[in-house]
Amino acid sequence: MQSTDYAVRVEHIFEGPMDLLIHLIRKNEVDIYDIPVALITEQYLQYLDWMQTLNIDLAGDFILMAATLAQIKSRMLLPVHSQETETEEDPRLELVRPLTEYLRIKEAAEMLSQRNLLGEHTFVRQPEALPRTEVDETPVVRIGLFELIDAFRQILDRVGPAHQVNLDADTISIKDRIAQLVDRLEQQPSLTFDELFQGQGSRTEVIVTFLAILEMARLELIDFVQHVETGIIRIFYR
Amino acid sequence: MTPDLPAIIESLLFAAEEPLRMETLREVLDGVAPAAIRQALDHLGAEYEKRGGGFYLQQVAGGYQLRTRPCFHSWIRRLRGSGSERLSRPALETLAIVAYRQPILRAEIENLRGVDCGGVLRLLLERRLIRVMGRKEIPGRPLIYGTTRQFLEIFELRDLKDLPTLKEIRELVPDAASPEPSSAPEDGKNP
Repeated sequence: MQSTDYAVRVEHIFEGPMDLLIHLIRKNEVDIYDIPVALITEQYLQYLDWMQTLNIDLAGDFILMAATLAQIKSRMLLPVHSQETETEEDPRLELVRPLTEYLRIKEAAEMLSQRNLLGEHTFVRQPEALPRTEVDETPVVRIGLFELIDAFRQILDRVGPAHQVNLDADTISIKDRIAQLVDRLEQQPSLTFDELFQGQGSRTEVIVTFLAILEMARLELIDFVQHVETGIIRIFYR
Repeated sequence: MTPDLPAIIESLLFAAEEPLRMETLREVLDGVAPAAIRQALDHLGAEYEKRGGGFYLQQVAGGYQLRTRPCFHSWIRRLRGSGSERLSRPALETLAIVAYRQPILRAEIENLRGVDCGGVLRLLLERRLIRVMGRKEIPGRPLIYGTTRQFLEIFELRDLKDLPTLKEIRELVPDAASPEPSSAPEDGKNP
Protein backbone atom coordinates (compact mmCIF):
# COMPACT_ATOMS: atom_id res chain seq x y z
CA MET A 1 0.00 0.00 0.00
CA GLN A 2 1.88 2.99 -1.26
CA SER A 3 1.01 6.50 -0.29
CA THR A 4 0.19 8.08 -3.59
CA ASP A 5 -2.07 10.97 -4.39
CA TYR A 6 -4.32 8.79 -6.48
CA ALA A 7 -6.06 5.79 -5.03
CA VAL A 8 -9.09 3.78 -5.98
CA ARG A 9 -11.36 2.41 -3.33
CA VAL A 10 -11.27 -1.33 -3.69
CA GLU A 11 -14.84 -1.77 -2.50
CA HIS A 12 -16.17 -1.12 -5.96
CA ILE A 13 -14.31 -4.06 -7.40
CA PHE A 14 -14.38 -6.61 -4.62
CA GLU A 15 -16.15 -5.61 -1.51
CA GLY A 16 -13.85 -7.63 0.68
CA PRO A 17 -11.46 -10.57 0.69
CA MET A 18 -14.38 -13.00 0.86
CA ASP A 19 -15.76 -11.72 -2.44
CA LEU A 20 -12.39 -12.13 -4.08
CA LEU A 21 -12.12 -15.72 -2.81
CA ILE A 22 -15.61 -16.58 -4.04
CA HIS A 23 -14.78 -15.03 -7.37
CA LEU A 24 -11.65 -17.19 -7.66
CA ILE A 25 -13.41 -20.39 -6.58
CA ARG A 26 -16.11 -19.79 -9.15
CA LYS A 27 -13.69 -18.82 -11.86
CA ASN A 28 -11.70 -22.01 -11.39
CA GLU A 29 -14.89 -24.06 -11.09
CA VAL A 30 -13.65 -25.87 -8.00
CA ASP A 31 -15.63 -27.39 -5.16
CA ILE A 32 -15.92 -25.10 -2.16
CA TYR A 33 -15.48 -28.13 0.13
CA ASP A 34 -12.31 -29.19 -1.70
CA ILE A 35 -10.47 -25.97 -2.42
CA PRO A 36 -7.06 -26.36 -4.09
CA VAL A 37 -5.42 -24.01 -1.59
CA ALA A 38 -2.07 -23.67 -3.38
CA LEU A 39 -3.73 -22.62 -6.63
CA ILE A 40 -6.20 -20.25 -5.01
CA THR A 41 -3.52 -18.66 -2.81
CA GLU A 42 -1.32 -18.07 -5.82
CA GLN A 43 -4.14 -16.41 -7.75
CA TYR A 44 -5.25 -14.44 -4.71
CA LEU A 45 -1.75 -12.98 -4.33
CA GLN A 46 -1.64 -12.21 -8.05
CA TYR A 47 -4.80 -10.17 -7.65
CA LEU A 48 -3.34 -8.28 -4.71
CA ASP A 49 -0.22 -7.53 -6.77
CA TRP A 50 -2.31 -6.44 -9.67
CA MET A 51 -4.45 -4.20 -7.51
CA GLN A 52 -1.41 -2.63 -5.94
CA THR A 53 0.17 -1.83 -9.28
CA LEU A 54 -3.08 -0.10 -10.20
CA ASN A 55 -2.74 1.97 -7.04
CA ILE A 56 -5.88 0.48 -5.60
CA ASP A 57 -5.89 1.13 -1.90
CA LEU A 58 -6.04 -2.29 -0.28
CA ALA A 59 -7.82 -2.67 3.01
CA GLY A 60 -5.93 -4.52 5.72
CA ASP A 61 -8.54 -7.28 5.54
CA PHE A 62 -7.10 -8.38 2.19
CA ILE A 63 -3.63 -8.76 3.67
CA LEU A 64 -5.01 -10.66 6.65
CA MET A 65 -6.77 -13.13 4.35
CA ALA A 66 -3.52 -13.57 2.38
CA ALA A 67 -1.79 -14.52 5.64
CA THR A 68 -4.57 -16.98 6.51
CA LEU A 69 -4.30 -18.57 3.07
CA ALA A 70 -0.53 -18.90 3.36
CA GLN A 71 -0.89 -20.48 6.76
CA ILE A 72 -3.45 -23.02 5.59
CA LYS A 73 -1.29 -23.82 2.59
CA SER A 74 1.71 -24.55 4.79
CA ARG A 75 -0.36 -26.71 7.14
CA MET A 76 -1.54 -28.74 4.15
CA LEU A 77 2.10 -29.42 3.26
CA LEU A 78 2.95 -30.84 6.68
CA PRO A 79 3.09 -34.63 6.79
CA VAL A 80 0.08 -36.11 8.49
CA HIS A 81 0.93 -38.72 11.09
CA SER A 82 -1.35 -41.69 10.90
CA GLN A 83 -2.24 -41.68 14.61
CA GLU A 84 -3.30 -38.05 14.41
CA THR A 85 -5.50 -38.30 11.38
CA GLU A 86 -8.59 -38.92 13.42
CA THR A 87 -8.21 -35.90 15.64
CA GLU A 88 -6.85 -33.40 13.17
CA GLU A 89 -9.39 -31.79 10.90
CA ASP A 90 -8.82 -30.50 7.41
CA PRO A 91 -7.08 -27.11 7.77
CA ARG A 92 -9.23 -25.83 4.91
CA LEU A 93 -12.29 -25.93 7.16
CA GLU A 94 -11.00 -22.68 8.60
CA LEU A 95 -11.73 -21.22 5.18
CA VAL A 96 -14.80 -23.24 4.22
CA ARG A 97 -16.84 -22.37 7.31
CA PRO A 98 -16.71 -18.57 6.94
CA LEU A 99 -17.09 -18.85 3.18
CA THR A 100 -20.26 -20.94 3.31
CA GLU A 101 -21.56 -18.67 6.05
CA TYR A 102 -20.88 -15.67 3.85
CA LEU A 103 -22.69 -17.27 0.93
CA ARG A 104 -25.72 -17.88 3.11
CA ILE A 105 -25.73 -14.22 4.05
CA LYS A 106 -25.53 -13.19 0.42
CA GLU A 107 -28.46 -15.45 -0.30
CA ALA A 108 -30.40 -13.96 2.60
CA ALA A 109 -29.68 -10.44 1.35
CA GLU A 110 -30.85 -11.45 -2.10
CA MET A 111 -34.08 -12.91 -0.73
CA LEU A 112 -34.72 -9.72 1.24
CA SER A 113 -34.17 -7.53 -1.82
CA GLN A 114 -36.68 -9.60 -3.81
CA ARG A 115 -39.55 -8.99 -1.43
CA ASN A 116 -42.23 -6.41 -2.12
CA LEU A 117 -40.49 -3.45 -0.59
CA LEU A 118 -42.55 -0.71 0.97
CA GLY A 119 -41.80 2.57 -0.79
CA GLU A 120 -40.51 0.79 -3.84
CA HIS A 121 -42.92 -1.90 -5.00
CA THR A 122 -45.82 -1.34 -2.70
CA PHE A 123 -47.15 1.78 -1.00
CA VAL A 124 -49.44 2.75 1.82
CA ARG A 125 -51.52 5.85 2.23
CA GLN A 126 -49.30 8.64 3.45
CA PRO A 127 -49.83 9.27 7.14
CA GLU A 128 -51.11 12.64 8.22
CA ALA A 129 -48.72 15.01 9.91
CA LEU A 130 -47.42 13.53 13.13
CA PRO A 131 -48.23 15.24 16.43
CA ARG A 132 -44.57 16.04 16.81
CA THR A 133 -44.83 19.02 14.43
CA GLU A 134 -47.47 20.44 16.75
CA VAL A 135 -45.08 20.34 19.64
CA ASP A 136 -42.33 21.84 17.50
CA GLU A 137 -44.39 24.97 17.01
CA THR A 138 -44.65 25.72 20.69
CA PRO A 139 -41.66 27.25 22.41
CA VAL A 140 -39.44 24.55 23.79
CA VAL A 141 -35.90 24.38 25.06
CA ARG A 142 -33.38 21.59 25.02
CA ILE A 143 -32.58 20.68 28.59
CA GLY A 144 -29.50 19.53 30.37
CA LEU A 145 -28.65 16.97 33.00
CA PHE A 146 -29.54 19.17 35.98
CA GLU A 147 -33.10 19.84 34.90
CA LEU A 148 -33.44 16.12 34.37
CA ILE A 149 -32.18 15.35 37.84
CA ASP A 150 -34.66 17.86 39.31
CA ALA A 151 -37.52 16.21 37.47
CA PHE A 152 -36.28 12.82 38.59
CA ARG A 153 -36.20 13.91 42.23
CA GLN A 154 -39.82 14.97 42.05
CA ILE A 155 -40.76 11.54 40.81
CA LEU A 156 -38.68 9.86 43.46
CA ASP A 157 -40.41 11.94 46.14
CA ARG A 158 -43.76 10.80 44.85
CA VAL A 159 -42.72 7.16 45.09
CA GLY A 160 -42.11 7.62 48.76
CA PRO A 161 -39.35 6.79 51.18
CA ALA A 162 -37.24 3.70 50.94
CA HIS A 163 -38.83 1.93 53.92
CA GLN A 164 -40.80 -0.35 51.64
CA VAL A 165 -39.34 -3.79 51.98
CA ASN A 166 -38.81 -5.30 48.60
CA LEU A 167 -39.21 -9.04 48.74
CA ASP A 168 -39.38 -9.29 45.00
CA ALA A 169 -35.92 -10.28 43.82
CA ASP A 170 -37.06 -10.00 40.24
CA THR A 171 -35.59 -6.58 39.59
CA ILE A 172 -35.06 -5.50 36.03
CA SER A 173 -31.70 -4.62 34.50
CA ILE A 174 -30.94 -1.30 32.81
CA LYS A 175 -30.43 -3.10 29.51
CA ASP A 176 -33.89 -4.70 29.70
CA ARG A 177 -35.44 -1.39 30.64
CA ILE A 178 -33.82 0.27 27.61
CA ALA A 179 -35.31 -2.42 25.39
CA GLN A 180 -38.76 -1.85 26.97
CA LEU A 181 -38.53 1.91 26.53
CA VAL A 182 -37.42 1.57 22.92
CA ASP A 183 -40.41 -0.68 22.29
CA ARG A 184 -42.73 1.94 23.78
CA LEU A 185 -41.10 4.78 21.85
CA GLU A 186 -41.46 2.84 18.64
CA GLN A 187 -45.20 2.73 19.23
CA GLN A 188 -45.36 6.34 20.30
CA PRO A 189 -42.57 8.66 19.14
CA SER A 190 -42.72 10.94 22.16
CA LEU A 191 -43.53 10.47 25.84
CA THR A 192 -43.58 12.88 28.76
CA PHE A 193 -41.03 12.38 31.49
CA ASP A 194 -43.80 11.36 33.92
CA GLU A 195 -45.21 8.80 31.52
CA LEU A 196 -41.88 7.02 31.48
CA PHE A 197 -42.24 6.24 35.16
CA GLN A 198 -45.91 5.34 35.22
CA GLY A 199 -46.79 2.23 37.14
CA GLN A 200 -43.42 1.97 38.82
CA GLY A 201 -43.93 1.52 42.52
CA SER A 202 -40.50 0.90 43.92
CA ARG A 203 -37.51 3.20 44.19
CA THR A 204 -35.30 0.60 42.55
CA GLU A 205 -37.55 0.49 39.53
CA VAL A 206 -37.64 4.28 39.21
CA ILE A 207 -33.87 4.51 39.54
CA VAL A 208 -33.31 1.80 36.93
CA THR A 209 -35.62 3.66 34.55
CA PHE A 210 -33.78 6.92 35.12
CA LEU A 211 -30.40 5.31 34.50
CA ALA A 212 -31.80 3.70 31.36
CA ILE A 213 -32.95 7.13 30.13
CA LEU A 214 -29.52 8.61 30.77
CA GLU A 215 -27.86 5.76 28.93
CA MET A 216 -30.24 6.19 26.00
CA ALA A 217 -29.46 9.90 25.85
CA ARG A 218 -25.77 9.10 25.81
CA LEU A 219 -26.31 6.65 22.96
CA GLU A 220 -28.19 9.47 21.20
CA LEU A 221 -31.32 7.37 20.96
CA ILE A 222 -33.50 10.06 22.50
CA ASP A 223 -33.80 13.84 22.77
CA PHE A 224 -35.17 15.79 25.72
CA VAL A 225 -37.23 18.89 25.21
CA GLN A 226 -38.89 21.07 27.86
CA HIS A 227 -41.97 23.16 27.22
CA VAL A 228 -41.24 26.75 28.21
CA GLU A 229 -44.60 27.51 29.82
CA THR A 230 -45.69 24.23 31.35
CA GLY A 231 -42.24 22.95 32.20
CA ILE A 232 -43.26 19.51 30.95
CA ILE A 233 -40.30 17.47 29.76
CA ARG A 234 -40.85 15.31 26.69
CA ILE A 235 -38.67 12.55 25.38
CA PHE A 236 -38.41 12.09 21.63
CA TYR A 237 -37.23 8.98 19.90
CA ARG A 238 -34.65 9.84 17.28
CA MET B 1 -71.53 -10.95 13.64
CA THR B 2 -72.68 -7.46 12.75
CA PRO B 3 -73.57 -7.45 9.07
CA ASP B 4 -71.42 -4.39 8.38
CA LEU B 5 -68.43 -5.53 10.46
CA PRO B 6 -66.24 -6.04 7.34
CA ALA B 7 -67.16 -2.52 6.18
CA ILE B 8 -66.35 -1.05 9.60
CA ILE B 9 -63.00 -2.80 9.63
CA GLU B 10 -62.34 -1.66 6.09
CA SER B 11 -62.90 1.94 7.16
CA LEU B 12 -60.47 1.44 10.05
CA LEU B 13 -57.86 -0.06 7.73
CA PHE B 14 -58.27 2.87 5.37
CA ALA B 15 -57.89 5.49 8.10
CA ALA B 16 -55.09 3.79 10.06
CA GLU B 17 -51.66 5.35 9.84
CA GLU B 18 -49.79 2.15 10.50
CA PRO B 19 -50.43 -1.60 10.44
CA LEU B 20 -53.57 -2.15 12.49
CA ARG B 21 -52.95 -4.59 15.30
CA MET B 22 -55.45 -7.18 16.42
CA GLU B 23 -55.38 -5.66 19.93
CA THR B 24 -56.23 -2.23 18.53
CA LEU B 25 -59.09 -3.67 16.52
CA ARG B 26 -60.43 -5.43 19.61
CA GLU B 27 -60.18 -2.23 21.62
CA VAL B 28 -61.94 -0.14 18.99
CA LEU B 29 -64.57 -2.77 18.22
CA ASP B 30 -65.37 -3.17 21.88
CA GLY B 31 -67.41 -6.31 22.44
CA VAL B 32 -66.91 -7.97 19.09
CA ALA B 33 -65.46 -11.46 19.39
CA PRO B 34 -61.88 -11.82 18.10
CA ALA B 35 -62.97 -14.76 15.95
CA ALA B 36 -65.53 -12.53 14.21
CA ILE B 37 -62.88 -9.85 13.60
CA ARG B 38 -60.52 -12.38 12.14
CA GLN B 39 -63.28 -13.79 9.98
CA ALA B 40 -64.13 -10.30 8.71
CA LEU B 41 -60.44 -9.65 7.92
CA ASP B 42 -60.22 -12.91 5.98
CA HIS B 43 -63.40 -11.99 4.18
CA LEU B 44 -61.97 -8.57 3.22
CA GLY B 45 -58.67 -10.06 2.07
CA ALA B 46 -60.46 -12.62 -0.10
CA GLU B 47 -62.71 -9.92 -1.50
CA TYR B 48 -59.74 -7.76 -2.54
CA GLU B 49 -58.13 -10.76 -4.22
CA LYS B 50 -61.32 -11.57 -6.08
CA ARG B 51 -61.78 -8.00 -7.18
CA GLY B 52 -58.12 -7.68 -8.28
CA GLY B 53 -58.14 -3.93 -7.71
CA GLY B 54 -55.38 -1.52 -6.84
CA PHE B 55 -54.60 -2.74 -3.34
CA TYR B 56 -54.46 -5.83 -1.17
CA LEU B 57 -54.62 -6.63 2.52
CA GLN B 58 -51.28 -7.58 4.00
CA GLN B 59 -50.32 -8.88 7.41
CA VAL B 60 -47.23 -6.96 8.37
CA ALA B 61 -45.28 -6.08 11.55
CA GLY B 62 -47.90 -7.65 13.78
CA GLY B 63 -50.84 -5.88 12.12
CA TYR B 64 -52.97 -5.55 9.01
CA GLN B 65 -52.42 -2.93 6.33
CA LEU B 66 -53.81 -1.99 2.94
CA ARG B 67 -51.01 -1.78 0.39
CA THR B 68 -50.95 -1.00 -3.31
CA ARG B 69 -50.29 -3.88 -5.67
CA PRO B 70 -46.65 -4.10 -6.75
CA CYS B 71 -47.63 -4.13 -10.43
CA PHE B 72 -48.72 -0.50 -10.13
CA HIS B 73 -45.53 0.73 -8.49
CA SER B 74 -44.41 2.83 -11.44
CA TRP B 75 -47.68 4.82 -11.38
CA ILE B 76 -47.32 5.64 -7.73
CA ARG B 77 -43.72 6.61 -8.30
CA ARG B 78 -44.96 9.11 -10.86
CA LEU B 79 -47.51 10.46 -8.40
CA ARG B 80 -45.06 10.83 -5.55
CA GLY B 81 -41.92 11.77 -7.41
CA SER B 82 -38.67 10.11 -6.46
CA GLY B 83 -38.90 6.89 -4.50
CA SER B 84 -36.86 5.90 -1.48
CA GLU B 85 -33.17 5.38 -1.99
CA ARG B 86 -32.17 1.78 -2.64
CA LEU B 87 -29.95 -0.06 -0.21
CA SER B 88 -26.53 -0.99 -1.54
CA ARG B 89 -25.42 -4.61 -1.59
CA PRO B 90 -23.13 -4.17 1.46
CA ALA B 91 -26.01 -2.51 3.34
CA LEU B 92 -28.40 -5.32 2.43
CA GLU B 93 -25.89 -7.97 3.50
CA THR B 94 -25.30 -6.24 6.81
CA LEU B 95 -29.04 -5.88 7.34
CA ALA B 96 -29.51 -9.57 6.55
CA ILE B 97 -26.89 -10.49 9.16
CA VAL B 98 -28.58 -8.35 11.82
CA ALA B 99 -32.01 -9.71 10.89
CA TYR B 100 -31.02 -13.37 11.06
CA ARG B 101 -28.51 -13.23 13.89
CA GLN B 102 -29.90 -10.61 16.28
CA PRO B 103 -29.00 -9.66 18.94
CA ILE B 104 -25.57 -9.18 17.43
CA LEU B 105 -22.41 -7.13 18.00
CA ARG B 106 -20.58 -5.10 15.37
CA ALA B 107 -17.49 -7.31 15.78
CA GLU B 108 -19.57 -10.39 14.99
CA ILE B 109 -21.00 -8.74 11.87
CA GLU B 110 -17.54 -7.73 10.68
CA ASN B 111 -16.31 -11.23 11.34
CA LEU B 112 -18.96 -12.63 9.03
CA ARG B 113 -18.47 -10.10 6.26
CA GLY B 114 -14.68 -9.83 6.57
CA VAL B 115 -14.76 -6.03 6.25
CA ASP B 116 -15.34 -2.95 8.39
CA CYS B 117 -19.06 -2.24 8.81
CA GLY B 118 -19.10 1.04 10.75
CA GLY B 119 -20.39 3.21 7.91
CA VAL B 120 -23.01 0.71 6.81
CA LEU B 121 -24.31 0.29 10.36
CA ARG B 122 -24.64 4.05 10.74
CA LEU B 123 -26.65 4.21 7.51
CA LEU B 124 -28.96 1.41 8.64
CA LEU B 125 -29.45 3.15 12.01
CA GLU B 126 -30.27 6.44 10.27
CA ARG B 127 -32.83 4.72 8.10
CA ARG B 128 -34.28 3.11 11.21
CA LEU B 129 -33.91 -0.40 9.87
CA ILE B 130 -31.80 -1.45 12.84
CA ARG B 131 -31.59 -0.20 16.39
CA VAL B 132 -29.32 -0.36 19.39
CA MET B 133 -30.75 -2.81 21.87
CA GLY B 134 -28.27 -2.14 24.64
CA ARG B 135 -24.71 -2.99 25.55
CA LYS B 136 -23.11 -6.34 26.18
CA GLU B 137 -21.52 -6.62 29.58
CA ILE B 138 -18.08 -7.64 28.37
CA PRO B 139 -14.89 -5.54 28.23
CA GLY B 140 -15.49 -2.47 26.10
CA ARG B 141 -19.27 -2.83 26.60
CA PRO B 142 -20.00 -3.04 22.85
CA LEU B 143 -23.41 -2.10 21.44
CA ILE B 144 -25.92 -4.81 20.64
CA TYR B 145 -27.90 -4.42 17.40
CA GLY B 146 -31.29 -5.69 16.30
CA THR B 147 -33.90 -4.86 13.68
CA THR B 148 -36.79 -2.42 14.12
CA ARG B 149 -40.50 -2.61 13.50
CA GLN B 150 -39.88 -0.39 10.48
CA PHE B 151 -37.69 -3.16 9.08
CA LEU B 152 -40.67 -5.54 9.24
CA GLU B 153 -42.92 -2.95 7.60
CA ILE B 154 -40.52 -2.19 4.76
CA PHE B 155 -39.71 -5.81 4.00
CA GLU B 156 -43.34 -6.89 4.34
CA LEU B 157 -42.77 -9.34 7.17
CA ARG B 158 -45.31 -10.29 9.81
CA ASP B 159 -42.63 -10.80 12.43
CA LEU B 160 -39.08 -12.10 12.61
CA LYS B 161 -40.27 -15.68 12.34
CA ASP B 162 -41.62 -14.72 8.92
CA LEU B 163 -38.06 -14.31 7.55
CA PRO B 164 -37.46 -16.80 4.74
CA THR B 165 -35.46 -19.84 5.84
CA LEU B 166 -31.99 -20.23 4.42
CA LYS B 167 -30.92 -23.26 2.43
CA GLU B 168 -27.66 -24.97 3.13
CA ILE B 169 -25.02 -23.99 0.61
CA ARG B 170 -24.05 -27.20 -1.14
CA GLU B 171 -21.89 -25.89 -3.90
CA LEU B 172 -21.13 -22.70 -5.73
CA VAL B 173 -23.51 -22.42 -8.60
CA PRO B 174 -21.98 -20.09 -11.18
CA ASP B 175 -23.28 -16.58 -10.72
CA ALA B 176 -26.00 -17.57 -8.32
CA ALA B 177 -24.41 -16.39 -5.12
CA SER B 178 -23.66 -12.75 -5.78
CA PRO B 179 -26.15 -11.33 -8.23
CA GLU B 180 -26.79 -7.63 -8.07
CA PRO B 181 -30.28 -6.90 -6.80
CA SER B 182 -32.43 -6.76 -9.91
CA SER B 183 -33.11 -3.18 -10.84
CA ALA B 184 -36.51 -3.81 -12.37
CA PRO B 185 -38.99 -5.44 -10.03
CA GLU B 186 -40.92 -8.19 -11.71
CA ASP B 187 -44.63 -7.90 -11.74
CA GLY B 188 -46.49 -11.01 -10.71
CA LYS B 189 -44.86 -11.32 -7.28
CA ASN B 190 -47.60 -9.88 -5.20
CA PRO B 191 -49.07 -12.18 -2.61
